[in-house]
Amino acid sequence: MEHITLLLTIVVVTALVFDFTNGFHDTANAMATTISTGALKPKTAVAMSAVLNLVGAFLSVEVAKTISKGLVNEEGIQPEVILAALVGAILWNLVTWLVGLPSSSSHALMGGLIGATVASIGVSGVNGDVVVTKVLIPAVAAPLVAGIAAMLSTRMTYRLDKKADKKTTDKGYRAGQIASAGLVSLAHGTNDAQKTMGIITLALVAGGVLAPGSNPPVWVIVSAGMAIALGTYLGGWRIIRTMGKGLTDLQPQQGFAAQTSAATVILASSHLGFSLSTTHSVSGAVMGAGLGRKGGVVRWSTATRMFVAWGLTLPAAGLVGAGSEYVARQGDWGVYVVAAFLVASCFGIWLVSRRQVVDHTNVNDVESEAEAVPLATAAATAVAEPAGVVTTAIAAVTPPPAGSVAAVTDDDLKTTIPAPNPADPAAPPAPAAAV
Amino acid sequence: MKIDWAALGSVFGVSLVATVALVGLFTLGIVGLSKQEQAAAQGGSATLARTGAYACFALCAAAVAYGIYLIVA
Repeated sequence: MEHITLLLTIVVVTALVFDFTNGFHDTANAMATTISTGALKPKTAVAMSAVLNLVGAFLSVEVAKTISKGLVNEEGIQPEVILAALVGAILWNLVTWLVGLPSSSSHALMGGLIGATVASIGVSGVNGDVVVTKVLIPAVAAPLVAGIAAMLSTRMTYRLDKKADKKTTDKGYRAGQIASAGLVSLAHGTNDAQKTMGIITLALVAGGVLAPGSNPPVWVIVSAGMAIALGTYLGGWRIIRTMGKGLTDLQPQQGFAAQTSAATVILASSHLGFSLSTTHSVSGAVMGAGLGRKGGVVRWSTATRMFVAWGLTLPAAGLVGAGSEYVARQGDWGVYVVAAFLVASCFGIWLVSRRQVVDHTNVNDVESEAEAVPLATAAATAVAEPAGVVTTAIAAVTPPPAGSVAAVTDDDLKTTIPAPNPADPAAPPAPAAAV
Repeated sequence: MKIDWAALGSVFGVSLVATVALVGLFTLGIVGLSKQEQAAAQGGSATLARTGAYACFALCAAAVAYGIYLIVA
């Protein structure tokens, strides 16, 4: 480890930040249903999930060793490319968190990686088939599989427990739900913390610090585990609210069926060789459970916004990744500009989020469309700049999530033109007038 | 482009069967416990219901243990 350069340090820190946002974003997957049905108190739930994520991070390093394999050609991948990919993924995670929509962190990372690779060595660097088989098809399959399983099991459980005493059954369902949620957390720790370990290792190899093919060093494993656990503990309450209350109203039976279905799908898929995204599985399971109860409703407007966000994950993270790579490639100053841009936009998004705080105290309040939409608008206003053709086109098609798109695309514009950076933290006062 | 339909199909099948079986077992266990409580409230006992319930929960616990094994392995 004789020559860890400043660039490598920036890459490692950014990777840990991504890990943090990943934990933050995905707490909802494990704990949204547990929190909304009242099986666990919000704080207890996230603490339990954080501990299990940390434990999971130490269980094995198999996933870390296979990260990014096949999706882009590893040869010639530079630390700058990894940095740019991470910037794209982090920003997409934060923007979707701001508008409270669950979306896959892995897809954001892949999007960033694809964008940065295309900007770096051209389209030939990306393996198109792998994008379809590993990203697009799973995105459609996961919610369907988990949703159908959750719907059928919800139906059955309501039929079976018709004559049973409600108080006893609720207690039982809560216990069962906690067990399933624990499994999801553990699986998340082994999978996602290791993705970051894999990325840091990849960067270290690309920077010539580690020999190709080496295992992640201990400090990488420890720091990645800590980052994801901390993120999980702080909890992405906005997303938890959408998943637990926004998509449908869950009773203990439904929460149990949904979480069990999600846990089964995640474990089955990762062991039968067709990897499915946790976020997509859980969202699908929650909707399936909503449909399975007689009189249950799924709020399709929220679901539609979520699906649109899934569809935009790759292109949005890819655009930011490509823009960042273009700037970072210019030399050391480019890397600093990208790093400064990342810090500034994170801070900006955080400032916007403070306008309407969602935390463990109000996570179970009914989520209203009215709340999410002004937030999206605020995000758009915060970075109100001439929108590109793409932004305008998308905005015309899908009104509600347009805010997130506008934010990302405009962020991207800023990457390419470093000058407006300082405008970001300064922007948030603007929505005060707008809202 | 090669889509691994077989893997996708088996994920679908296994998930469906496992979820429905687990949720069903667990619900039976809960129903059994609730029957036993009702019986106890009336002064009787329902040994069969209780034994059945514990058997169901044991199977569910085994499934969770298998899940942990899959994660660790």
